[in-house]
Amino acid sequence: MVEWTDTLIQGILLGGFFALSGLGLSLSFGIMRIVNIAHGDFLVVAAYLGVVIVGLVGINPIIAIAIIAPVMYAAGYGLQRSLLNKAVGGSELTPLLITFGISIILHNVLQEVFSADFKSLDAGSIEIASIAIGNIHIGLFPLSILVVAFVVYSALYRIMHNTRFGRIVRATVDDPEVSSLMGVDTKKIYSLGMALSMAIIGIAGALYGIKSSFSPMTGGDQLLFAFETVIIGGMGSIWGTMLGGMALGISQIIGFKIHAGWGAFAGHLIFFAFLFVKPSGLLAKGDQHA
Amino acid sequence: MTLLKIHELHAGYGPITALFGVSLSVDEGQILALIGANGAGKSTLLRAISGLIKPNEGLIEYEGRSIGGRDPHEIAAQGIAMVPEGRRLFPSLTVEENILMGACSRRKGPWTLAKVYDLFPILKDRRSLLSTMLSGGQQQMAAVGRALMSNPRLLLCDELSLGLAPMIVQDIYKTLQSVSATGVSLIVVEQDINQAINSSDNFLCLREGEMVLKGTKEKADRAKIAHAYFGN
Repeated sequence: MVEWTDTLIQGILLGGFFALSGLGLSLSFGIMRIVNIAHGDFLVVAAYLGVVIVGLVGINPIIAIAIIAPVMYAAGYGLQRSLLNKAVGGSELTPLLITFGISIILHNVLQEVFSADFKSLDAGSIEIASIAIGNIHIGLFPLSILVVAFVVYSALYRIMHNTRFGRIVRATVDDPEVSSLMGVDTKKIYSLGMALSMAIIGIAGALYGIKSSFSPMTGGDQLLFAFETVIIGGMGSIWGTMLGGMALGISQIIGFKIHAGWGAFAGHLIFFAFLFVKPSGLLAKGDQHA
Repeated sequence: MTLLKIHELHAGYGPITALFGVSLSVDEGQILALIGANGAGKSTLLRAISGLIKPNEGLIEYEGRSIGGRDPHEIAAQGIAMVPEGRRLFPSLTVEENILMGACSRRKGPWTLAKVYDLFPILKDRRSLLSTMLSGGQQQMAAVGRALMSNPRLLLCDELSLGLAPMIVQDIYKTLQSVSATGVSLIVVEQDINQAINSSDNFLCLREGEMVLKGTKEKADRAKIAHAYFGN
């Protein structure tokens, strides 16, 4: 019994990370209908930004998030404004191909600048600290990621539902044409949407760099997990993505418990099961709108 | 004073041209009815004025400046509002959020949320419902309210009466006439010829993208209109 409770808790903790790292992808798809193939690579870029900042200023990478997130925000705005806005409104294939191209460019640039070696961000003692409840040990760092995930989700939900900007975003998702008739510069809204998505990627990417070791090529795995999270949760739904992250996290930990090599595999199996049984995901758009 | 002047406008969708040299002008506070059969180019004309499609040729002049080819949000900020065909409220927004969307261009003027609720009290009762929960007539009121929130100088109304009970259509047109009395100009696209001519100052009939007849309410001749409407 304790063993399974432990498994469930570890699953939820891992799920917190997947929820956070999948949110940026969920947001750019939900608002702009952009399937961001470079999503995982942007997470890696954020982690390398951490490497650079820690190297330059010598601060804890957790504190560096305060710099990484705004830098990624600005990069997201610029990327959408200069490139992706030319591709929205048409076929969904165009932005997919553009972000695929960006992904390849990022692989090469990162290898050129940082080499292909694995790196990791060192956040100090918090990484190994844990709290014990009975026989169950909860890592302080995974718990912090889960808390950060909840804070980011709640903030995003409030932005979407309680602010003028959120209202304009939801209207633009519903009907961009009528939104423009209301005086909304939809391209600017898309740029701000991508900026928001990238800021969240910045937070998730820095935490990813502390949690795991990374190299210029590890973005692919992260993209896959983020995809699985978003699809299981239901595309276009904020809280659905959170649930999707939990489902993926718990499946991976159960798989890992059965056999040390089956963690990611069990996650893929659950993902496939969803594609067959409920391809619209746990909370499809319409049940709980972005 | 002339608010909107269109000269020899050619416009369409990609390779398909839907308007072949249409000219018209609308004065301040005037209501112009656009009539014509399906496919005559009425909606295309409204889309060109609001910037949803770019004119291929010709001039669209508003407040004495050319606006042809500008983006819809820029044109909206100049004070041209549209009540689109089929109302097109935002389905995932509440009634109040829908109405507030009209204020996105941040134009100053007499219209506020409270004024829209005074005009359509039923909307105040239903303000926190999703817009999809409203009846057709209430949705149309919300769409008109939303457009008024931008404090427009020119209001474009596309097929207001579509799918609504005649009583409600009467009410909405009465409201629009009171709006026009405050100096707002209107262009009203309407299938119902009697409704259109009775509630407007001037009318203009389009057929196959060309202007075939224009006149005033007082001098409307049914036979001529029927001929213009259907052709030979």
